[in-house]
Amino acid sequence: MNAPVANKLVLRRSYFEASARARVAAVLDAGSFREFLPPEASEPSPHLAVLDIPGAFDDGVIVGSATLGGRPVLVIAQEGQFMGGAVGEIHGAKIVGLLRRAVQEKPAAVIFMADSGGVRLHEANAGLIAISEIMRAVLDTRAAGVPVIALVGGSCGAFGGMGIVSRLCSAIVMSEEGRLALSGPEVIETVAGVEEFDSKDRALVWRVTGGKHRYLTGDCAELVEDDAASFRDGAIALLAGWQEPVPASSTLRAEQARLTERRQRFAGLRDGLDVWQALGVAEPRQIPLMDRDSLVALKKGLPA
Amino acid sequence: MSLQHILDGLFPAGHDVSVHGQLVAGCAQTALGTVAVLGTTDAAAIGHDIALGLAGRVLDVVDQHPGRPIVFLVDTKGQALSRAEELLCLNGSLAHLARCVDLARRQGHVSLALVTGEAVSGGFLSFGLMADKTYALADAQVRVMDLKAMARVTKIPHERLQELAVESPTFAPGAENYLRMGAIEAIWDVPSAALLEAALAGQQAAGPAADERMARGVERGGRHLAAATAAAVVSA
Amino acid sequence: MEKLEFRFPAQPATPAAGAALCGVVGSGNLEILIRPGDEADTCVVSVKTSARGFGRIWEAVIAEFAARHAAGGTRIAINDMGATPAVVSLRLGQALGEYTGGVQ
Repeated sequence: MNAPVANKLVLRRSYFEASARARVAAVLDAGSFREFLPPEASEPSPHLAVLDIPGAFDDGVIVGSATLGGRPVLVIAQEGQFMGGAVGEIHGAKIVGLLRRAVQEKPAAVIFMADSGGVRLHEANAGLIAISEIMRAVLDTRAAGVPVIALVGGSCGAFGGMGIVSRLCSAIVMSEEGRLALSGPEVIETVAGVEEFDSKDRALVWRVTGGKHRYLTGDCAELVEDDAASFRDGAIALLAGWQEPVPASSTLRAEQARLTERRQRFAGLRDGLDVWQALGVAEPRQIPLMDRDSLVALKKGLPA
Repeated sequence: MSLQHILDGLFPAGHDVSVHGQLVAGCAQTALGTVAVLGTTDAAAIGHDIALGLAGRVLDVVDQHPGRPIVFLVDTKGQALSRAEELLCLNGSLAHLARCVDLARRQGHVSLALVTGEAVSGGFLSFGLMADKTYALADAQVRVMDLKAMARVTKIPHERLQELAVESPTFAPGAENYLRMGAIEAIWDVPSAALLEAALAGQQAAGPAADERMARGVERGGRHLAAATAAAVVSA
Repeated sequence: MEKLEFRFPAQPATPAAGAALCGVVGSGNLEILIRPGDEADTCVVSVKTSARGFGRIWEAVIAEFAARHAAGGTRIAINDMGATPAVVSLRLGQALGEYTGGVQ
């Protein structure tokens, strides 16, 4: 009875620490990935060269096709270790191209492994425009009936424009270590002061932006362990029987009501602990210590 | 330029627009009939309240006035910067607003955004850049970050950035740069009813709007790589 | 950024793949891309590095690599963000291993 447990420990690979290429290899069906514009057929960004910065051949994002649980998918994987996964002109255009391809090809899903601080400041305008193009392309893809599943568990999380993009996706699979927000804590601290947001207080940062908090408040659909296999299983489970909704006023009205009600209910709260308490969690201080399965069980038991 | 001045310039035939804090909402008369007017003023920081306020009003237009064109007035210094806003997933509320603007397009509403003051990052992404077409007044300030702050963050000397910005529209602030890169359709010297009505009429004639900003960037010589890269991924 | 070019004689490599990539252009790290070159007994290396003034160290590390491995007939492109010589050697070995399918 001990052997499977031991195996699991040996096989566990941190998604947080893995490179984008390692994530692609581990999340999708083994050997199924085919890269579009692979490094050997690409040139690093000339915008970085002008600024005297070595680029990367893939400009920090990998796009291609693969299968996931035997079903055809298109894949995007951002490399958080390269310039914080930030979106520049080529990086963004690869993502837009992949999503446009999905509209034509209609795969079972697009798997979007986000790991990005948002706009690449070195190409600020190109990056901002690219994110806007990604936003529209994600919604075009979904309107074509193709779900876009965001996986958020990398070292850079999903911030800035990529935080918006992630929330435009059909669903988000997130690990406790993943972070999802708009402005980074450092930015808020710089502008509004350390009393507003102490970015060095890692526990606080996770209580505000981390996977467990986003899961409890319904901003991500699935919470998984920090393990490539768990992200894989989470994405497969989400896609089983997924029916991408047709864009409709009624759907957005429901979301409007949910967000408005939540805004009123949690007005003035500034810490995940307070939100969890308001959600009906008896011992909010235990949340950061809980394992994934216990937290999922706890959420099921919360009042609706 | 005051909001009143802008509204009078764009809608000489009449407008009924009110300001709720920094949220602008109402309708106005044009040669094409009544249009919805929505947006922000006084360089609003976009938080949940403004995002949800705008989103709800876009849905009202979609539900109550099928086909009515929407004019967005953009004046935002970006997203609200606070822990409380982030705690409730501000990126989610901005995404929701973007989805509502996108839904209006799919339901047959033409939309146009006019940057009247500032247009910065997240605030700009959530509605200004989601409209079918984006325009800017001549004195509009469009940016992600000013060059001095950019120099600090990227550790590239400010003088060097200024030098490069003369040639390249890729990173330096300015509506002109966004025009060259294809994200701003045109820059208007003044808020003009004639320009607005011509733009809306053109959009109505053209039918459902596809995202053509990459192609515009190539035509205007400000963004060469994006169009070819995206096309190469589609055909790979 | 500094751009460096090196050419070293080396025993011909036997490629198993058309190209191989190793590493990530992150802080203290680098990526190495190996493609087929024009001359079977030469290893041609071009380096773009964020750290200036380390040309002689690069030369020594790559010379040692070319001397110890059958790396001829290759064109190696490196994008570097300040990797140490030890990391450079390690990645060169990994990349060549992948390029030759484990046969060195």
